[in-house]
Amino acid sequence: MNLKKTFLPLFNPLSKDNPVIVQVLGICSALAVTAKMEPALVMTISVTAVLALANVVISLLRNTIPSSIRIIVQLVVVAALVVVVDQVLKAWNYEISKALSVFIGLIITNCIIMGRLEAFALNNRPWPSFLDGIGNGLGYGIILIIVSFFRELFGSGTLFGCQIFPESWYEAGYMNNGMMILPPMALIVVACIIWAHRSINKDLQE
Amino acid sequence: MENLNLFIRSIFIDNMIFAYFLGMCSYLAVSKNVKTAFGLGVAVTFVLMIALPVCWCINEFILVPGALSWLGEEYAETDLSFLGLIMFISVIAALVQLLEMVIEKYSPGLYNSLGIFLPLIAVNCAILGAVLFMQQREFSNAWTATVYGVGSGIGWLLAITCLAAIRERLDVRAVPKPLRGIGITFIITGLMGIAFMSFLGIKL
Repeated sequence: MNLKKTFLPLFNPLSKDNPVIVQVLGICSALAVTAKMEPALVMTISVTAVLALANVVISLLRNTIPSSIRIIVQLVVVAALVVVVDQVLKAWNYEISKALSVFIGLIITNCIIMGRLEAFALNNRPWPSFLDGIGNGLGYGIILIIVSFFRELFGSGTLFGCQIFPESWYEAGYMNNGMMILPPMALIVVACIIWAHRSINKDLQE
Repeated sequence: MENLNLFIRSIFIDNMIFAYFLGMCSYLAVSKNVKTAFGLGVAVTFVLMIALPVCWCINEFILVPGALSWLGEEYAETDLSFLGLIMFISVIAALVQLLEMVIEKYSPGLYNSLGIFLPLIAVNCAILGAVLFMQQREFSNAWTATVYGVGSGIGWLLAITCLAAIRERLDVRAVPKPLRGIGITFIITGLMGIAFMSFLGIKL
């Protein structure tokens, strides 16, 4: 088997088959945590970890799960993994865990996870499923990072909490755009990403 | 009065879609025509109305530290709060299963048009989100939790019906090619969110 085919599940979701802007999954949390870069990064890591592990577990169990109760089985597996992530985060960095509030719990209902379990892990072997999980987690992460980069840079003038624009700019009359902090702007930034992405990949246009 | 205030707040100010982006997946996918969107909105409201008081009771009498003291002295120290996520999602999944059977029996037309999105209400973030917010805000009784559930549900219903109405008209407009479909829907949702922010600060 050639190398390119093996790693297709890893690289495809980064752009061509991106879970957020092409498959339109997992929008909920993608937008709510992007006002600052740090929570966005933590969220990316959490989702990638849960997605990769859940994919492996479901893929190992794929021949034993009766199809009529598979949704419940998937929910239980994902919920158990999310509880672990939640507890680890609380122990490791309580501040971030507070800032993300309910959104860590909401990873359970993140459509990316259910979507990938249904579409990929149920029909594939553990190793490709693992790569698919990592790939989709990173594809989700890329969008989160881009959106939070613009929102934090223009909204608060900082990146990861460090000031970017020098003090002299503010004295010269530059002001942070408070609008970027507001939740609706996340949607508009994502729409711009979709616009740019579809202008390049013409075959995705409707 | 307190409850009325909470009700209005959860519809307009803390709107599930525009303030927290919860339940976006089905919101974007099912908003192609008004009738289906309205049906899904009613189903979500119904699930929220029942799920919230049930989960409130579970949280109050089983999960919070010391909640099990009604079982006897030796359980007074037990803290089961880490089981919250699993218990809540099971309650919601069971409720959705029930709702699916009811709708299939009494309204086959709606059942067919909702399709896969009916069982997916179980993983609709708006519902688990409302339950987790309820837990975070520590409502004092089950009635307040119900009011919050119904309010959030109506807020969601309002948002999806409005978007469906706009999208129906949008089909005949000249939107730039790369923005068609999902792109323009995002922008419209963003603009609606900004419009909803004008309700900010209303108190009754």
